[in-house]
Amino acid sequence: MREGGAPALVALRGVEKVYSNGVQALKGLDLTIREGEFVSLLGPSGCGKSTVLRLIAGLGELSGGTLEWSSVRHEIGFVFQDPTLMPWATVFNNIYLPLRVRGVPRAQAAPRVERAMQQVGLAGFGKAYPRELSGGMRMRASIARSLVAEPKILLMDEPFAALDEITRFRLNDDLLELWASQRWTVVFVTHSVFESVYLSTRILVMGARPGSVRSEVMLEARRDASFRNSAEYAEQCRTVSARLAEAMQA
Amino acid sequence: MKNFLVRFVPPTLVLIVGLAAWEIFVRRNAIPVYILPGPVAIVQALVRDWATLYPSLLVTLAITAGALAAATILGVAIAVLFAQSKWVELSFFPYAVILQVTPVVAIAPLIIIWVKDTAAALLICAWIVSFFPIVSNTTLGLNSTDHNLLNLLQLYGANRRQVFWYLRLPSALPFFLGGLRISGGLALIGAVVAEFVAGSGGIQSGLAYRILEAGYQLQIPRMFAALFMITGTGILIFILLTLVTHLALRRWHESAMKREG
Repeated sequence: MREGGAPALVALRGVEKVYSNGVQALKGLDLTIREGEFVSLLGPSGCGKSTVLRLIAGLGELSGGTLEWSSVRHEIGFVFQDPTLMPWATVFNNIYLPLRVRGVPRAQAAPRVERAMQQVGLAGFGKAYPRELSGGMRMRASIARSLVAEPKILLMDEPFAALDEITRFRLNDDLLELWASQRWTVVFVTHSVFESVYLSTRILVMGARPGSVRSEVMLEARRDASFRNSAEYAEQCRTVSARLAEAMQA
Repeated sequence: MKNFLVRFVPPTLVLIVGLAAWEIFVRRNAIPVYILPGPVAIVQALVRDWATLYPSLLVTLAITAGALAAATILGVAIAVLFAQSKWVELSFFPYAVILQVTPVVAIAPLIIIWVKDTAAALLICAWIVSFFPIVSNTTLGLNSTDHNLLNLLQLYGANRRQVFWYLRLPSALPFFLGGLRISGGLALIGAVVAEFVAGSGGIQSGLAYRILEAGYQLQIPRMFAALFMITGTGILIFILLTLVTHLALRRWHESAMKREG
């Protein structure tokens, strides 16, 4: 699927964000997310990439500019950098949370929760508490929780930044598989060039002070395990690194 | 089992050695019982006067339990009220502090004058002493909810009631239990102090009155016996509340986890 042809899902025009402490996080930010895309927001820390994600999610007000959805607001899934699980609740109850809020009875939700757990490879861990899981498994539970609500768009804020490389690679692959099968639109915030090139169909490189999109890189959606070692991957990482360096100088 | 041994054997040994040293000290120096009785004399008094001491223990215990129950219910209710709005908290929290810092001995006589029923007056005194830790801890807990979890619930369109029941209340639980453990001891202290001030005779007399009475009669071993009963009750309350805390938190909270080396 070429992104150019897909309809826009959400468009931000001239978006500005000033926090109450006077920090200008974003200024003149333009970006459009199209249906079915896997977009990465790549940039140094402090460039406002997480702020963009929060604004799209509706957590926080715009200080200027517009944010428009193509139609009625779509179901949104959000994955934070920490798994953000409720420590007092079992994995099952954590994943059940979005449905519980919507008033879906437990018995009715159970098959959907089980399926979400299966999809992220957590089958059989429903009765475990978050404390009893490894970092990677907690993140899987967090992804399952956003899955269970069947979101149209998934917003991920450096979800794998705190994980070790082996776990991160495996979760990257699993995420791509889910993206392909669920026909999601994903907006993925990261500061890793390698991760963004591996995952995305499009990378938006952001710069700081004030945060805005500095350049855009389109990528072919062609991923398998061998891609990580290909010359093509290395070449694309070089290109994106160069763009990031430019953005950080400007 | 090993854990249990480590926990209880050393303090028990210290107790035994301490009591033995006390008994030996009293006998060696031939100290009269009306100045300092030895443990043996105290135990004898405890057995001999059990018929009067035990009902008194029940009276004190009833006041303590009642005060702790009231402190829990009202304390949590006040904390929930405080958590609803910053303004309510800012307006009323200073008064909770004032109640807390005013020595109960100083206001107990007033309360005993105002409240006809002695048992109710004692209950109020013990409540005043014990409710503050629950209020302040639970308020802190209700305000300490993970911000990202709050964001998440907002994203899912949860209403205030859902945020409260699903998120804020459970995350306040460890804080509340910490407060409860402090309040348990304070309720007993409050009850005993109020009994001292009231000093009422008759059938409704608690352990504090027994101590006063024994003092007047120079029945020092009985005084000690009543004192030991109060201390024992306090320890029992602490153990009980610690157990409750452990059972409630053992699966998820850091405080109840064993640290693996």
